[in-house]
Amino acid sequence: MSTHTEQVEHIEGATTMTFSKVWIALLVLTAIEVFLCYEQLPTVVMLTLLVGLSVIKAVLIIAYFMHLKFERLSLFLTLFPMLIFCILLMLIFLGDATRIPVMRPGF
Amino acid sequence: MSSQVTAVSSASAWEGGKSPYATNSKKFGMWLFIISDALTFSALLFAYTYGRVSNPDWPKPFDFTPSIIFSSVMTFCLLSSSLTMVMAVHQMNHGNRKAAGGWILATIAGGVAFVGLHLTEWLRLINVEHVTPASNPFGVPQFGATFFAITGLHMTHVIIGVIYLAIVCQAVLRGKFKAEDVEVSGLYWHFVDLVWMFVFPLVYLMSARVN
Repeated sequence: MSTHTEQVEHIEGATTMTFSKVWIALLVLTAIEVFLCYEQLPTVVMLTLLVGLSVIKAVLIIAYFMHLKFERLSLFLTLFPMLIFCILLMLIFLGDATRIPVMRPGF
Repeated sequence: MSSQVTAVSSASAWEGGKSPYATNSKKFGMWLFIISDALTFSALLFAYTYGRVSNPDWPKPFDFTPSIIFSSVMTFCLLSSSLTMVMAVHQMNHGNRKAAGGWILATIAGGVAFVGLHLTEWLRLINVEHVTPASNPFGVPQFGATFFAITGLHMTHVIIGVIYLAIVCQAVLRGKFKAEDVEVSGLYWHFVDLVWMFVFPLVYLMSARVN
């Protein structure tokens, strides 16, 4: 009985049309990234743009393909704030990484 | 007594006797694995990016044609295999086992194509450009180590995913496994795709050479 209700819940949510649209959006974002690479922008600008676009792609994959948009909010709150916080903590040294090249003697 | 219990459990999903996430334990377990694996990959990608950003001499060994075009095709294979995996889960939820099996086979094909193209790329780097994990002709020894570590770990995940999906596929076609099992394998596959969405720009596009 309970499994039956669960199945009905899963069928709702997204249709194949939605999935196809998400897939096309992901392909377009990838194409923009490849185009940016062709433009050869400065490293830090390039890095910011590429990571920004990749985060959008990640959100699309997690929300629609991984079905998180249609799960309970409690599942999202248990898993993601911690992950995002840990990833942001890893950013602490980025300032040092961008400073090192200009601190080199003779640069 | 029983009315008291009902009152308590309806107050909060966390009082016990209910599944607070409204999900089965297999799926929740896979989510926990994915979160921990995401941290592993982020640590590697952050370490790589710091090395990349702090070193103005970082090599750009990937020509726009053919390397970047080649890796874009790999990205297309992986993205499309994610779409076919979603279709497999969708069909399985509707009880169409045969269609679900077909979509999983298509997903496996995408994964195999990705691994094949990736190995071709690796062999070109090793044999033509003479890049190894310990040394390379570009003057920045870290390049080979970080490149092979990150793409190697990702490729390992893809190969494990292909084996996992093959097991799920034969079980689905034989009438075993439930829709939730396909969904859990789908979660893993999408995660592998997700990781590539960061590896591709950071490792390939950041080191592209346009002539």
